[in-house]
Amino acid sequence: MALNRKVAIVNLTTGEIDIRPIPLEVRKAFLGGRGLAAYLLYKYSKPGCDPMGPDNAVIFSAGILGGTLASASARTDVMTKNPLTGLLGSGNFGGFFAPELRWAGFDHIVVIGKAPKPVYIWVHDGEVEIRDGKNVWGKSVTEAQWAVREELGDPDIKCAVCGPAAEKGVKFANVMTGIKNSNGRGGGGTVMGSKNLKLVAARGTMDIKIAHPMEALEYDKKFIEQITSAKVNQTMGELGTPFIWGATNSWGGIRTNNFQYNQLLYADEIEPENIDAWSKKSFGQYNMAACFACQVHCRARYRVPDTPLARKFGVANNYDEGPEYTSQGAFCSEPGCTRLDTLLICNHLVDQYGLDNLETGSLISWAMELYEQGILTKKDTDGIDLRFGNDEALIEMIHHIAKRDTWLGNVLAEGGIRASEIIGKDSFKYLIHVKGMSNLHSDERATPGLALNIATASRGSDHLRSRPAIDLYHLPEPVLRKIYSTPIPYDGPLSSDHTEYVGKPWQVFWQENCYMAVDCLGICKYHTTFLGATLPNFEEWSKVLYYNTGLEMSPEDIWNVAIRCNMVERLFNLREGMKKDDPYKGEILAERYFTEPCRRGAPDVIGKYIDKEKFLKMREEFYRYKGCDEDGIPLPETLKRLGLENLDDEPSRI
Amino acid sequence: MNGKMLIINFEKCTGCRRCELVCSVYHEGVSNPAKARIKVEKWEWEGLYIPMTCRQCVDAPCMNVCPVKAIYRNEAENRVHVDHDICIGCRSCVAVCPFGAMNFNPWEKKVFKCDLCGGDPQCVRFCDMKAVDFVSPEKESLMKKRDAALKISEAKKLGATIQYEGQ
Repeated sequence: MALNRKVAIVNLTTGEIDIRPIPLEVRKAFLGGRGLAAYLLYKYSKPGCDPMGPDNAVIFSAGILGGTLASASARTDVMTKNPLTGLLGSGNFGGFFAPELRWAGFDHIVVIGKAPKPVYIWVHDGEVEIRDGKNVWGKSVTEAQWAVREELGDPDIKCAVCGPAAEKGVKFANVMTGIKNSNGRGGGGTVMGSKNLKLVAARGTMDIKIAHPMEALEYDKKFIEQITSAKVNQTMGELGTPFIWGATNSWGGIRTNNFQYNQLLYADEIEPENIDAWSKKSFGQYNMAACFACQVHCRARYRVPDTPLARKFGVANNYDEGPEYTSQGAFCSEPGCTRLDTLLICNHLVDQYGLDNLETGSLISWAMELYEQGILTKKDTDGIDLRFGNDEALIEMIHHIAKRDTWLGNVLAEGGIRASEIIGKDSFKYLIHVKGMSNLHSDERATPGLALNIATASRGSDHLRSRPAIDLYHLPEPVLRKIYSTPIPYDGPLSSDHTEYVGKPWQVFWQENCYMAVDCLGICKYHTTFLGATLPNFEEWSKVLYYNTGLEMSPEDIWNVAIRCNMVERLFNLREGMKKDDPYKGEILAERYFTEPCRRGAPDVIGKYIDKEKFLKMREEFYRYKGCDEDGIPLPETLKRLGLENLDDEPSRI
Repeated sequence: MNGKMLIINFEKCTGCRRCELVCSVYHEGVSNPAKARIKVEKWEWEGLYIPMTCRQCVDAPCMNVCPVKAIYRNEAENRVHVDHDICIGCRSCVAVCPFGAMNFNPWEKKVFKCDLCGGDPQCVRFCDMKAVDFVSPEKESLMKKRDAALKISEAKKLGATIQYEGQ
């Protein structure tokens, strides 16, 4: 059955490999994927460990529905203690790795220790091996994957791989799979690099038995229809995620020139329709690609245009995929650049280096502001004229960060907080971050609910942990109530107004549980209540879980699993030093959110900033929903209810 | 008579492999592409994905090579069928199929191939792009003619010269 997948604990120091089953009661408590990974990280990483040292763990996890009929059942979570933040690090990619890992017999690969020389892990049909990495080390993200296929003689091998940036110890290096599927924001790649682990290769031919195959097929048909009938997903299937950028930029919700503005002007060239036209020019009418078993197919195929800039950097005509919404922020609005070729070149470079696009673009943009403020000079930049809108400077800085071959590139590669300590002066005040992780390019000053989300996200500033994105649709209150009162009742306030503060803490709490559940299942967030109000959540998951795995969990049961898993992540962060108001490791926004009003955008945006007092009240209310005190520390009765009261002392349940 | 066959328009394929998934679930009750009758071949670095499955050939090499006549063509259903009661497992059919469409299941020691799911192919049912479609070849060629004709007329509008193969 789908529940018999195992956990492999791989110690790279000693070479020991320990394969363990996942007991049913552990499944019922944590399901799988990110939720179970959080538990494993808590137990297998040493408290207070150096994230780059052997005592840290990096965990590759497929969801409990990975490889099953559930739509887009391809998500892989990679969890570790993040070298960038010193707190929880977790990323998530689609592609084809998770199903392959499950066909090879495993749900979780827990890697501890440090290999004396470069290695990779080979997972195939119930077996796990540590192999010499000399053929893959030093290679780009894609070259390494093709090399391992050649070495093992199988073109269907799927990899979770780190790139050259990770080998150089850049603090925000991704784990990647395929051409561009990026497990970002978590530092998983950096930790792999620090362990001399280049990649995990998987290939399997083992059955995942579907509990009720015919019922599962029939239910799946309905489930997919619910997903693909949503207008948002139809648009995504045409234009990819750039459509979100287009919509929010025209409204005024995109941070620009680091944080000076909230809208990029003269951006016609990088509008989603134009990116789509370019992609279609190379790949025709059917230009979109998909992750495993997904009918949304939001990933465009493209070739880097043959422009003087692309030729200069030697990437003209190279194949890549995307760009995503986040790349438009990182390489267009934040650094104030408006050229399509720049966007496609930068996107390609970070994919090949295995860099986090948001962190890279955000830190370069931060450095641009420092340069314009005179805090950085031309001497610091090795002669690069690092002003906003300088396309060439942006591209050069990506190379320098990945290679760490200039003073500034090397400093930025350490991440914002460490870089601000080195650069000094008042550089820190210009850094737009939470917990030391640069913010997404969306500007939350007009949307308190979204601001609360980034401030309290478990992996640092992030939109994919708890963002109530449908808040922007001004849905009528009864519709909001229908969504946010299931699977457990809620009769508190809810507001259709995205500039309001009331009701938002509950929405953020609800979304936090919704996203945790979907990450435990291992399916894509575009297939749940994220960007569309009609998409499936707890009720549908209960069925899809039953038909595919035979596991009987009510919508409330899944909700409770999500609360438990979120609490484990919180306990991990508290263990590693998170304090609510700490400007470095806290659940608080950068000061500029409270002091600088939006300077551009629609009437409901311009002039808006976050009211600190109201924000702190929202945060306190959010803590209350989580069963925490006013400092965000869980109450003893909450831990008891969740069965986490002995988390520190209990022997690992796996 | 049902003259339909699986027609593959690979340009439409998004590479998602749901066809492999539903095929193995429908036939075997498991998710396992190693047991699917269809497989998407990929060249990821080109963005090229091509679903491959049985063509139900009229003059099928698998049928011709079979030493015990276990493979025959069901004309009513327009498909090539393996009779496992007769099959001796020599796998000559696997060796001669020009498309790699005859598979071997090493666990059960049996060859297996696409059976068109008894007339309702699940790969087609679940392919939203219809990169894999179930149509009659006559209809397919008529559609292709129309598409090509349109392209010629559009190209002419732009004043382009059409190059034909061999010219």
